Order: sequence, then structure tokens, then C-alpha cells
Amino acid sequence: MKLVTPDLGLVIWMSLTFLTVLFLLSKFAWKPILKMIKDREESIEGALQSAEKAKQEMVRLQSNNENLLREAQIEREAMLKAARDAKDAMIHEAKATAKAEADRMIALAREAINNEKQAAVTELKNQVAQLSLQVAEKLIREQLSSDEKQKELANKLVAELKLN
Amino acid sequence: MSDSSGKTRITRFIAQIFTLILLFSGFSSKASDNSGASFDPGKMITEHISDAHDWHLWGHTHIPLPVILYTDKGFEVFSSNQFRNHDTHAFQDYAGKHYTYRLEDEKIHVVSNGEVDHNFQGTLLDVSITKNVLTIFIVSAIMVFVFLSVAGTYKKRIGMAPKGIQSFVEPIIIFIRDDLAKPAIGKKYEKFMPYLLSVFFFIWIANLLGLVPVLPGGANLTGNIAVTLTLAVITFIITTINGNKHYWGHIFAMPGVPPWVLIILTPIEILGMFLRPFVLMIRLFANISAGHIIALAFFSLIFIFGKGGESVGAGMGVGVASWLFTVFMMCLELLVAFLQAYVFTLLSAVYFGAAVEEGHHHEEHHAEHAH
Repeated sequence: MKLVTPDLGLVIWMSLTFLTVLFLLSKFAWKPILKMIKDREESIEGALQSAEKAKQEMVRLQSNNENLLREAQIEREAMLKAARDAKDAMIHEAKATAKAEADRMIALAREAINNEKQAAVTELKNQVAQLSLQVAEKLIREQLSSDEKQKELANKLVAELKLN
Repeated sequence: MSDSSGKTRITRFIAQIFTLILLFSGFSSKASDNSGASFDPGKMITEHISDAHDWHLWGHTHIPLPVILYTDKGFEVFSSNQFRNHDTHAFQDYAGKHYTYRLEDEKIHVVSNGEVDHNFQGTLLDVSITKNVLTIFIVSAIMVFVFLSVAGTYKKRIGMAPKGIQSFVEPIIIFIRDDLAKPAIGKKYEKFMPYLLSVFFFIWIANLLGLVPVLPGGANLTGNIAVTLTLAVITFIITTINGNKHYWGHIFAMPGVPPWVLIILTPIEILGMFLRPFVLMIRLFANISAGHIIALAFFSLIFIFGKGGESVGAGMGVGVASWLFTVFMMCLELLVAFLQAYVFTLLSAVYFGAAVEEGHHHEEHHAEHAH
């Protein structure tokens, strides 16, 4: 029975000592220790999380870069194509302009030639007419010494002049 | 939780079987010893697991401890050496300022006319620094020293990896926090952590010191019912103070139970409220005492078979076997030392959890009955 009978003196000492230890350790050991452990765990957790975030960010940046590269490529191609198109268009236009100019000049030349020809023909006609008149005058002066001869000549000339 | 409680149950079961065997063998050897042999294992074991007013080292060498008595006439403080005759080492009465005292079976009585006064009317409260009280001081000193220095290390090494004792203590603290307090109590676990940690380390260190056969160990502190009673009462007080509406509702008017059943259930629940700390007290006391009894009983076998030096051969033969058993028991007790500290802390946490529980899940409530 002695074993299972609590001794009051021991209960008093135990309560006093244990409660003192509990108070001391709570205030100066457990609370700071638990806080430090928690803080450290949180900081480790935070570090891990930020590392993960950085990793994701890098992946994102990488894909971004790829996108940018692809976009740049597409843009370059588009620019090249546009340049090519512009070049073609310019060549085409130049050709067309040149052709039009050439046509116009040819037309002008042709007209000028025609005009010159017309003028030359008219001149020729005039000179032939003058020459003819001069020849006719001379002939007429010679032949018109007699009346008969004048008549005969006049008829003959008239017949010949039907050429023009 | 169920896994560890299973282990506890197995260990306890083994310990109980051994206790039964040894109680019988202890009684029988005690009976035979009365017939003439001087060695009384029953008496030896009881002396070893009981509290004492001095610290027995070997033979007639004792460390005297202060005796403090509170009487109706005032305090009396003297050395426990006063109860022993300096030359013969026999017990003797001590005549103090107020009364004459006699130490009988480690209990102090008032003596009048050469006889123990059984009808003593005055007050006599024994608040001596006994072996167990001194052990309480030693355990407390170890705890204060270790954990204050660990706290100091934490302050010096903020955010760094643990070092030294810190790295030994930290996993245990985290174990108690994450595997014991959090699952058993829930969100409000932080409030109870200081008590849980203190009680765990107190019981564990006291258990371990109890296994050390020489000073500063050897006292059966956690196998003393006064000590386990104190701890259980503190657990009970904390539980009761923190009990919320839900907790009291469960005790006085279990929700969803018809009123006529409540007439039976409410007294049972009220009884249960007190039964929990009672069981807590008995479990620790019985487990540790049983362990000490078994280890000492195996040890005693050497002397029983050796018949006090008459048959040295038998004593040697049995000695080797019982020495092996004692070593085995010591190893088992090392495990039990941790396990009982764990179980006490876990059950305290479960009770706190029941007190602060808000929701309507009953798992934890039933889990405690499994232990």
C-alpha cells in the first residue's frame, strides 16, 4: 500500500519544481526555440519556393525568347518579301515607263519623218514646177518663132504634162 | 499513431507478464527467506523503488539528506543522519525542538514515551528533501541547463543548421510538434507545446536517470505515484481550463443522444473526465515501477540461488543467466523510458485536443481509448 499512496511532501516539491521549470523553460527555452525552428523552416520554405519561382521564370523567359526569335524570323521574312515585292514592282514600273517613253518618242520621230517627207515632196514639187516653167519658157521662146511650131509644141507639152 | 500505440501495447504486455511472474516468484522467495536466510529480495526491491530520506550508496554508506518537517509548532530542519547511530548504524529516534521523531519504513512518526504516537493530534507534514525530491532537482537542473543552452545556441545561430546538443534535441522537438501535438490537438497546438515538451523531457530524463544504478541515478522517480499524480493533475487542470463549449457539451449533454440515455451517459462522461488523468498517473507509475522490479528481481536471483554465499557455484551459474536477463531488461527499459514519456505526452495532447476541438469529427475522441 505504501507504494501506491502518494506522499504529500513529494507532491508539494514536485509541483513547485516542475511548475518552476515549466515556467522558466517556456519563457526562456521553448518559445524562443520553437520560434527559431519555425522561422528557419519558413525561410527554407521561402527559399525553396523562390528557387522554384526563378526556375519557372527562367522557363518562361526561355520560351519568351524562342517566341521572340520566331517572331523576328517571321518579321525578317516578311520584310524580305516586301522588299522583293517592292523591287519587282519598281522594275516593272520602270519598264512600263521606259516603254511608254520609247513609244512616245518613236511616235514623235515617225511624225517628224512624215512632216519632213511632206515638206521635201512639196519642195520637190515646187522646184520641178519652177524648172518646168523655166524649160517651158525657154522652149516656148525658141519655138514660138513661128506660129505653127508654137501650136504643135503647146499641144505636145500639154500631152506630156499629164504625168503629174 | 495506431502503429506506435500498438508498440506501446506490446511492450506493456511483455512488462505485465514479467511483473506477474516476478510478483509470484518474489512472494515465494520472501516466504522462504523468512525461514532463515538473511537476504530478502522483496524487501530489497521495495526499498529500491521507494523514496528514502537518505541516498544509499553501498553497505553502510549513505548520503544524508535534509529532513524538513512542518509541525503545528513550526518547522524542523535536521540531517537524516540524526536517525542513525554514528557507530552502530542502527536507527535511532531524534529529539527535535518540538517533538521526538522516529523514522520507520521511511516514514517519520512522532514518538512519545518511547512509542510511536499513533493518536498524534498535531500537524506533521514531511517536506524533506528526499531521494526523489533531490532527483526532481537534478532532472530540473539538467533540463534548465540543457534547454537554456540550446536556446542560446539557437539565438547565436539564427537560420543556420543545428549544432551540438541542438542537433540532438531539435529532431525530438520537431517530432513532438509534428507527429504528436499537431495531429492530436490540431490548429491550436502551439499553446500547449511548452507543457508537452517539458513533460516529455522531464519524464524521459527521469526515466533514464532511474536506469542508472549509481548517483545521480537510481531513484525510481517516475515510478513514484506522487510524481505521476502531480503530472497527471497538471494535465487535468490544463485540459479543464482550456475546455471549450464543445468539450463541456460532450460531457454534460452528448449531442444527438436522447435525454433518457444522458442520465446514464453524463455520469459516465464525468467519471471519464477524472478517469483519464487517473489512468495517466497509473500507467506511468506502473510501467516504470514494473521495469525496476523486474530488473531488480533478476538481479536478486543471483543471491537467492547463491544462498548468501553458501552455494557459490549455483549463484555463479544463475548469475550469468540472470545478468543476461537484467541486461535484456535494461535495453527494454531504455525503450520503455522513451515510450512512456511519449505515451504520457501523446495522451496529454489528445486530452488537450479534445478540450479545444471545434469540429464534429470523433476520430481523436475514440483513438484515446485504444491506449
